[in-house]
Amino acid sequence: MRNIFKTSYVQDIRLFEHGGHVFWYALLLIAVFAAPQVLPEFFLGEMSLVFIYAVAGIGLMVLTGFTGLASLGHAAFLGIGAYAHLYFVKQGIPFPAAIVMGGAVSAAFGIAFALPALRMTGIYLAIATLAFAQIMDQVFTHWAAVTGGARGFAVTKPNLFGWQTTTETQFYYICLAVLILITLGTRNILRSATGRAMMAIRDSEISAQSMGIHIARTKVTSFGISTFITGIAGALLAHKLQFVSPEAFDLILSISLLLMIVVGGLGSLHGCFYGAIVVAFLPQFLALVKDVLPPSIGQIPGLQGGVFGLILVLFILLEPYGIYGRWRKVRLFFEVFPLYRRATFKRQRGYLKTERMR
Amino acid sequence: MNPKGNGTAGGVLLEADKLTIQFGGLRAVDQVSFVVKPGEVYTIVGPNGAGKTTVFNLISRIYDVSEGRIVFQGHDITEVPPHRIARMGIARTFQNIELFEHTSVLQNLLVGRHCRNHTNLLAEVFFTPGVMRQELEHRQRVERIIDLLELQHYRDQIIANLPYGVRKMVELARALSTEPTLLLLDEPASGLNIEETDDLANWIDDIKSDLKITVLMIEHDMRLVSRVSDRVLAMNQGRVLAEGSPAEVQRHPEVVRAYLGA
Amino acid sequence: MGLAYFENGSYSELRDAGTHPAQMRPGRGASVRARRAGTVWEDGLEVLQLLIGGVAQGCVYGLIALGFVLIYKATEQVNFAQGDLLMLGAYVALTLIVEGESRGWSIHLSFWLALPLTMAIMAVFGYLLDRVALRPIIGQPQFAVVILTIAMGFVFRAAAGAIWSTEPQTLATPFTGKKIVLGGLVLGAENLSIIAGTVILSCVLFAFFRYTRVGVAMQAASQNQLAAYYMGIPVKVIFSMIWAISAAVAAAAGVLLAPIATIDPNMGFIGLKAFAAAVIGGFGSLPGAVIAGLMLGAVEPFAAAYGSRAGLPKGVPEVSSYIFMLVVLIVRPQGLFAQIYKKKV
Repeated sequence: MRNIFKTSYVQDIRLFEHGGHVFWYALLLIAVFAAPQVLPEFFLGEMSLVFIYAVAGIGLMVLTGFTGLASLGHAAFLGIGAYAHLYFVKQGIPFPAAIVMGGAVSAAFGIAFALPALRMTGIYLAIATLAFAQIMDQVFTHWAAVTGGARGFAVTKPNLFGWQTTTETQFYYICLAVLILITLGTRNILRSATGRAMMAIRDSEISAQSMGIHIARTKVTSFGISTFITGIAGALLAHKLQFVSPEAFDLILSISLLLMIVVGGLGSLHGCFYGAIVVAFLPQFLALVKDVLPPSIGQIPGLQGGVFGLILVLFILLEPYGIYGRWRKVRLFFEVFPLYRRATFKRQRGYLKTERMR
Repeated sequence: MNPKGNGTAGGVLLEADKLTIQFGGLRAVDQVSFVVKPGEVYTIVGPNGAGKTTVFNLISRIYDVSEGRIVFQGHDITEVPPHRIARMGIARTFQNIELFEHTSVLQNLLVGRHCRNHTNLLAEVFFTPGVMRQELEHRQRVERIIDLLELQHYRDQIIANLPYGVRKMVELARALSTEPTLLLLDEPASGLNIEETDDLANWIDDIKSDLKITVLMIEHDMRLVSRVSDRVLAMNQGRVLAEGSPAEVQRHPEVVRAYLGA
Repeated sequence: MGLAYFENGSYSELRDAGTHPAQMRPGRGASVRARRAGTVWEDGLEVLQLLIGGVAQGCVYGLIALGFVLIYKATEQVNFAQGDLLMLGAYVALTLIVEGESRGWSIHLSFWLALPLTMAIMAVFGYLLDRVALRPIIGQPQFAVVILTIAMGFVFRAAAGAIWSTEPQTLATPFTGKKIVLGGLVLGAENLSIIAGTVILSCVLFAFFRYTRVGVAMQAASQNQLAAYYMGIPVKVIFSMIWAISAAVAAAAGVLLAPIATIDPNMGFIGLKAFAAAVIGGFGSLPGAVIAGLMLGAVEPFAAAYGSRAGLPKGVPEVSSYIFMLVVLIVRPQGLFAQIYKKKV
């Protein structure tokens, strides 16, 4: 059992709690950087997708997991980021700047949505995001000058300051770099005043307000951060898919993002990564398993959606804390062995705590 | 821990002037006026439904007044937005604990530091040395309060796992983290046993004499009221019944009739 | 979607041409037919015809929204799978009325027998759904239920595709193809059946909640769970019964809708617009949900028919419901009949 002996406050504030953490994360980083030397290109492509999904997941997690504002239409912001970024690239703006600007445009849309939506709570906000996504879908389809309309258009590989990338490996490193930067930035926000303010709003708006937190400003900030990150993910996604069209940013994608953060573990950055792995590898896994299943199940067109749904249902019913929650339980089991009690994590059997009073 | 604050015009920290709020046809608070002097413990008593918490909600600007004004340190705060109240130096606790259930005690207290925070988003993203300094300072101040209220054991525990009495203390601690000049305590002793209430009395004394914070309190426990209060205001049905020292108010015939019983 | 001036105007032709609003998938709009200028009388008739078609569509929205709000009022659970329950109901009816395909059954029930039987089957399904999937998560935050029901929707769609195949199918009812002609007005019997069915269902539900013990118990459970428990009301069973009723209402909507739309696993997407209706109504009142549904249904065909002439950008008619809903929410964030109160601290 590990007892952490703390000698200074800095230990609580800094990113890594103790030496063991640093060791494991360093190992992970080395593995991830070295992967292209060892793994086949196809696998690298899948890992890039995991990274992109993780970035998108972080975006949604900031809004839904940390600020408590559910969004059912976040794929729209992936689309906005993608189209904006590609538009800037077409204007000749270098790739890194175009990505950031794509994120900024997405953030602008997010803030524009958030401002009138400030007074909406809980489920109303969620449905409003759904409506927003449907409306953006129409915008993508009909604003052909920027988006190429329903047909979409092909996307070339990223061109960094004149250096045209050509291989999967280069794209892998680009995605990895973006992911690391976004993760660090988000982690920093979460351990500072803004992050605490967001989590305060999630748990009790009224007392957050009496602590001096400006509810409206914090919510808009959260939307802005979330949609900025998601926009960047959208830009990367466009390059990964090598093709954009409005159909790429549909309701299914929004729900996949939600699945990602719920299955991964709501309210933790780790959850984004776990969830991204699940969502990215699920289609491959299904393709493998399809041949084993009886044809009546294996061949139905909606199988992927159905399996998505089934996984989500099982997680909500059996492990609402997600993969990260399960990992923490496992870790605690080993840390306090043999004194582990299941009741540590047991949810209070509650009567319906009405959300009609906030 | 806190300067007296300027603008305490002639020994008045908070003045409520003919406060009135109307919900439909009901006047929940009706022409309530009182004055709180700096450094004292001022208690509001009265039966349930008298409008005491509503007065608190008016002062912390959760409700808007229908008539009347509130003046704090010489500034008229009747129209100030609710999130500015903390920065001006007024903190409050809630009757039904409104802590942040899913984070630790420490995180709850750190949120209390929000109104004293000077970092901006951009600096936070890069976690500049300035942000680190600010975080350390917040932590140090919060630790002083943890020491005062003896919450060291509970520092890293999640609120949802804590017993009721401890939560009450955390609620108090969180209000203190905002470095207030005026502390609004809404029934701080409700649900506490005799021992815990005595501890609370000691802490209120400490808050008054060591931290030099003025306390405005709502309470039902008359022992506690007599023990810590300098002055008492009795309310009933939204109106003021009597005001004076604890002994005077407890003897007042109208108060006895409406609230205390013979 | 415009009403073309056919030589022998008929609704079924429009339906087959794929321009009926019921077939609109989220986002993929139907083309607007060119409109030949007519006399004022013909204009008026056209407006009336659009209106009736819109009202019928609105009735479907209203029924889905009704089931949705029913569950929310009682249990504070948001059932995003309501549209998919409609879809399942349509498929069950299809199996009962038309022959049960690959199973080799030949059931061939009459419509009038199949409708109540479908509702009964779906009621049982709804009850079991609550019992198995939703009862375990009572007390968890609302978000969990949102995710759960969205996920259930996916499962239902995949299951429907597996059981009944994803080929769009049609269902003929006693109302199919029949028309009532009043002057120059051609009223499809299918639309009228939808309107009539909605009215009947609404009246039945109203009577149920007003006058039966179970209905009153449901109202009690919806307003204060703990107090209901104290009164001896078996709250969890009541919740399951509410799910049963909701599912039955959805099934009825599905059966009524089936003749004017094609039956396929994605037909439940119509539920999205119904959610907009429920939101506009504010989740607070059952009649509010139905009325909002009617409003949305009535607005859509007009936006589609006259939108381009009025200068609306392309694509707006398909999302007119959502725009309307967003406007309502911005002005009145709790919807028209609010149920969210400011927490008393």
